[in-house]
Amino acid sequence: MLPPEIERLLDVALVAELTVVAAMSGRPITYPLIPLYDGQHVLMSSAVLFSRKLRHLKENPRVAVSLSDPVGVPAEPFARATILGDARVLDTEDPHSSWERLLPLWRAKEPAIDKLVKQRFGLPLFFERVVIEISPVRVLYWPGGDTARAPQVLQPAVPV
Amino acid sequence: MARLEATEAVRRAAGYGHAVLSWIEADGYPVSVAGSFAAAGTSVEVGPVAAELLPAHGQEVCVTFSHIRPQPGVGYDQRRYVNLWGAAEVSEGGHVRVVVERASGWDEADTPFVEYAERNVGAGLSYLSEMGARPRLSAFWRFFLATRVPFLTATLVPVGLAGAVAAYDGGFAFGWWLLALVCAVCAHLGLNIANDLADAEGSDAVNVTPTPFSGGSRVMQYGLVSKSQMLALSLGCYGVTILTGLWLAAARSWWLLVIGVIALVLSVGYSAAPLRLVHRGLGEPVVALGFGPIMAGGAYLAVTQAWSWPVVYASLPIGILIALVLYVNQIPDRIADAQAAKRTLIVRWPKDRVIQAYAIAVAVAMLLILVGPLLGITPWWTLLGLLALPLAVPVLRGMRRSYDAPFGLLGAMGYNILLHLTTGVLLIVGYLVAAVTG
Repeated sequence: MLPPEIERLLDVALVAELTVVAAMSGRPITYPLIPLYDGQHVLMSSAVLFSRKLRHLKENPRVAVSLSDPVGVPAEPFARATILGDARVLDTEDPHSSWERLLPLWRAKEPAIDKLVKQRFGLPLFFERVVIEISPVRVLYWPGGDTARAPQVLQPAVPV
Repeated sequence: MARLEATEAVRRAAGYGHAVLSWIEADGYPVSVAGSFAAAGTSVEVGPVAAELLPAHGQEVCVTFSHIRPQPGVGYDQRRYVNLWGAAEVSEGGHVRVVVERASGWDEADTPFVEYAERNVGAGLSYLSEMGARPRLSAFWRFFLATRVPFLTATLVPVGLAGAVAAYDGGFAFGWWLLALVCAVCAHLGLNIANDLADAEGSDAVNVTPTPFSGGSRVMQYGLVSKSQMLALSLGCYGVTILTGLWLAAARSWWLLVIGVIALVLSVGYSAAPLRLVHRGLGEPVVALGFGPIMAGGAYLAVTQAWSWPVVYASLPIGILIALVLYVNQIPDRIADAQAAKRTLIVRWPKDRVIQAYAIAVAVAMLLILVGPLLGITPWWTLLGLLALPLAVPVLRGMRRSYDAPFGLLGAMGYNILLHLTTGVLLIVGYLVAAVTG
C-alpha cells in the first residue's frame, strides 16, 4: 500500500510519466500514460499497438512513475511524487478482455472509455491490451510540488 | 512516436509548462524529477532541482515534456509530448543542461490518434503473435466490417427506385422485386470484398489514414479475417448473385443475362486485373453506371418484365451522386492510391478541379431531376428530390476546408452519403406519391 498522500495523487491523476529502461541501449525512456491504482499496485495498460514499452519492461522491470503535471494531476493541494517500482507485464492474460477489469478505475478518470469500448470494432487493435502491474518499492514526495527541495522518501506499507 | 530534429524538438518543448528529467540510478532504477525549464537552440536546462537528486555529470538523461487538457465528464484531449535525450551537464544550484542528441514525440494535433495507431498496426500484430494471440471481434462484426454493409444504401436506393417506378407504372411485384434486391445486394457485397482483396497489398496496405468511409474495410490488415476467408466470402456472394440472377433471367427476361454479364464484368473489373478500371480513373463512371441505370434498369426489368427508359433516366441522378460518394471518399486515400499506382480522378486532378467537378456533377444530377418532369419523363412529384440539394453545401465546405486533413473530412463524407441517400429516398417517395395520386 502506498502512503495516503500518494494515493491521493494517484486517485486524481489523468496522466503520469512512466520511465522505463530501454532494452537495447539501457537509456531511460518516458511514456505518458493514465495511471490507475487498486490500493496495492499502480496499474497501467498498453495497447499492443504501442508495445515497445512492454518489450522494454520484459527486459528490465524497473520503472519510475512520475506524478508531475499540475494540470494532469489536479490534486488540492498540489504535490509531486515519483514512485519507483518493479513492473510485471501481464501478457499471459487474454489481451482481448482481461484488461477490462481495469474499466471501473479507468472510467472514473476517463468516462468516455465506455463509449470507445462499445465502438471497439472501429479500432480493434487498440482494445487488444496488456496490463502493466507496478509494485512500488520507494516513493519520492515533494509537498507543494517544489522539486528544488529535497524530496521526502516514503516507503510503501507491506500488506498484512 | 516520431523522430524529431533537435531544433524542432526544443522549439516544441518551449511550449510546455514543465519538464520531467529522468535517468538511471546506481541501483538500476530509473528516477524522475519534474521542474521548470528553459529551452533555446538545441538545448534545454531543467531546474533548479534538489541537489540530493541529480544525475551524474555526463550521464545520459531523458527530458520529457507532456501535456493533456482535462475534459470533465469525458477524460482529456490535446495529447502531446516530446522526449529529448542527451548528456547531463550539471551545474551549481541544481540546474541540468542537456544538449539534445536525439528526440522524438507525438502531437495529436499533427498526427491524429487513428493515424498514430494505424502506423503501429504491424508492431501490434507482431506482439500479439508472440503472445500466441490474435485480434478478435465477433463473427457479426467481422462480417459487418468485411462486407462494408452500411454502403448497401448504394444498392437499396436504385433497387428501391426501380420498385417505385414499377408501382407508378402499375407493374410492381413484390416477390420478384425482393429477389432482384437479394441479387443486387449480394453483387454489391461481393464487389466490396473483391475490392478489398485487390487493394490488400496495394493502396490499403500503405494507407495510414483510413476513415469509416475510406481506406477499405481493414479486416485483413488488422488480422481479423484471412485472405482466403475473404476470397470465399466474395465468391459466396457472387455465387448467390449468379444463382438469383439466373433464376430471374429464366423466370422474367433473358435480357437480364445480358445486364448481369455487363454488371459482373464491371463489378469484378472495377478493381481486379486485367481491367482495373478504378486504376485508370474510370471508377466514377463505372460506379455511376452500375449503381444507377444498370441496377435500376435491371431491377425494373426483373419486376415488370419490360425495359423502361424512364427508369434509366430517373436513376441517372442517383448514379451520379453515388459516383460522387466514391469520388469524395477517395480524397483521404489519394496519397496511398498514388503510391499504389491507383490513378483515380482525385489522384490525377488538383484540389480546385476536384471541387469544381464535384459542384458541376451535383448540379447536373439536380438538373436531371428538374428537367425530367418538364420533358414528361418523370412525374412532377420527383421534384421532391431537389430538397436534398442543401446537403451538398457542407460537402463543398468540408472539401475546401479539410482537403488535406483526412479525419477533418469525415463530416463532408457523411453529408455526401446523406445527399445520395436523401435524394434517392425523395425520388422514391415522389414516385410512390405519384402512383397513389395518379
